[in-house]
Amino acid sequence: MTPNLVYVVVIGVLFAAGVSMLLERSLTRVLMGMILLGNGVNLLILLGGEAGAPPIVGGAPEEEMADPLPQIMILTAIVITLGMTAFLLALAYRSWAMSGHDEVQDDVEDKRIMMLAERDEGSGVADSDESDAAGPVAVSEGRR
Amino acid sequence: MTWLVPLPVTIPLLGAALTLLMNGRPRVQRTVSLTALTVTLLVSSALLYLSTTEGALVVAVGGWAAPLGIVLVADELASLMLVVSAAVTVCVLIYSIGQGMADGHEETPLSVYHPAYLILTAGVTNAFLAGDLFNLYVGFEILLVASYVLLTIGGTENRIRAGTTYIVVSLLSSVIFLTAIGLVYAATGTLNMAQLAERLDGLPDGLKLILQGMLLLAFGIKAAVFPLSSWLPDSYPTAPAPVTAVFAGLLTKVGVYAIIRTETLLFPGGRATVVLLVLALLTMVVGILGAVAQSDIKRLLSFTLVSHIGYLLFGVGLTSRLGMASAIFYVVHHITVQTTLFLAAGLIEKRGGSTALDRLGGLARLNPVLAVAFLIPALNLAGIPPFSGFIGKLGLIEAGVTDGGPLAWLLVAGSVLTSLLTLYAIARVWNLAFWRAPNPAMPAPEAGRCPPMMIVPTLALVAFGVALTVVAGPLFAVGDQAAGDLSDRAGYARSVLAESASSSGGAP
Repeated sequence: MTPNLVYVVVIGVLFAAGVSMLLERSLTRVLMGMILLGNGVNLLILLGGEAGAPPIVGGAPEEEMADPLPQIMILTAIVITLGMTAFLLALAYRSWAMSGHDEVQDDVEDKRIMMLAERDEGSGVADSDESDAAGPVAVSEGRR
Repeated sequence: MTWLVPLPVTIPLLGAALTLLMNGRPRVQRTVSLTALTVTLLVSSALLYLSTTEGALVVAVGGWAAPLGIVLVADELASLMLVVSAAVTVCVLIYSIGQGMADGHEETPLSVYHPAYLILTAGVTNAFLAGDLFNLYVGFEILLVASYVLLTIGGTENRIRAGTTYIVVSLLSSVIFLTAIGLVYAATGTLNMAQLAERLDGLPDGLKLILQGMLLLAFGIKAAVFPLSSWLPDSYPTAPAPVTAVFAGLLTKVGVYAIIRTETLLFPGGRATVVLLVLALLTMVVGILGAVAQSDIKRLLSFTLVSHIGYLLFGVGLTSRLGMASAIFYVVHHITVQTTLFLAAGLIEKRGGSTALDRLGGLARLNPVLAVAFLIPALNLAGIPPFSGFIGKLGLIEAGVTDGGPLAWLLVAGSVLTSLLTLYAIARVWNLAFWRAPNPAMPAPEAGRCPPMMIVPTLALVAFGVALTVVAGPLFAVGDQAAGDLSDRAGYARSVLAESASSSGGAP
């Protein structure tokens, strides 16, 4: 299909809206962003094939038919998006049930290490533990 | 013998259906999944033998000849990856059965574990065998969907939190991949990789660069290449040990495999060389510095995983035959070793009650077998001779020196440094968890007993990793042959298009 302005603008808007939703903290909004992005991609794929009559044998002369391949690919992509939407919804619900909100959290361990770095300490484990020397594994001291 | 080609995909899928039907009968489920994966391993080995002796095996799915239908291609690289991944999945399955996570002792809805695991395997094998860009996408989606389920299994708060990051990032990479597919189709009118190899050359340079960049971006997220890697250490360590092990071994390598295909078959000529080499260097160094900062074994291992992806990119980015052959050897080595280490980390968690370094100690005395199971793959990862890690790194460094460019030399220096820092990171684990006095907080010997079903598969993988050294010569020869075939795009296109036409028996 020759790209026309309406298609291009619609795809652009879908992508832009999808990306801005994706940057939100709330998982439900992220999910919405994913759906918008998915639809944008589907339209983009549709642009890749020739437009024309329904591609059914005998329905129209071959050269007037639409290209069926992008449509099939979109169908597959829609099915995958549907499954993903269901899974993400379940995840958001689970998150809401466990913690009362569906916001994407920072990684606990990352925060801990950042705190340690701010205080300019090591990674929480002293390399030469004093209990070592007295312990039965004093051998290790010799090999270090 | 081309009827063998679809089996590594269909057998695990059938197994998944069966195990889903056998919901609530763990014994049957275990038998079915073990049988399915063992058969997959046997079939993959047969494919490797056939593809090295007789050349690539091609099947046109459903009898529709190549440019129209979907083809599955088992060439040397694909079958080598199949064999290693099948071997790893079998060992991890036995381990997980041993851990009892499959029969509902530990956490709640675990009857879904077996089907999800088998579907994951099917997705991985499908991605390796795909001869069509869209089929590659489908393979990726199959393995990702299964991995979402496995990562959030049990639905605890931690896993939901980690899973959310992982899923959103993976979805984004899938969207990018799908966009790239749409653009490739719009530009060339085909998605068959053999045909793409012929048609992409005719495109304008700028367009080619955009398509290549988008594909590399999508695969780079999946392979955890440096600026796109931060999701990995946040999400992998929260999953159960066997799940982390199989993810670490296989999922990132599927991304690397896709990068190899993109760089050789679709867009040869090395236009992305500089980018790939710089990213390889950053991935190595930043990854390993992250590992040094960690105080938890699982997270530390996740960072070494990211770091060593850099070695693979190094080999791919050099675009020389030796570099590619070494990268292929290194993939095989790294899948085995990284999986083994995560399995060993699972054993440490079982025996020591935790994988936090400040709560462990004295494991070498408490459980010598475990100490061996950790130390050998750890030294292997760091590249201590005579293990396979040393051979792989030596090959890469030799390829870098042969290349001789300033960037290649920088990479050589970077890989030596990374190797040393890896040794430092694992020596720290060894000192703290294994060599100092036992920590009083650790569980009593009876409570922390590791079942033999967990130890045996770990040791089997340790032995497999050591055996890679013994068979390094023939394995490197296979890698070299595969690298040679990868550079022969016309040969690939010819064999795929001709063979699928003949195997489909003249269908429309």
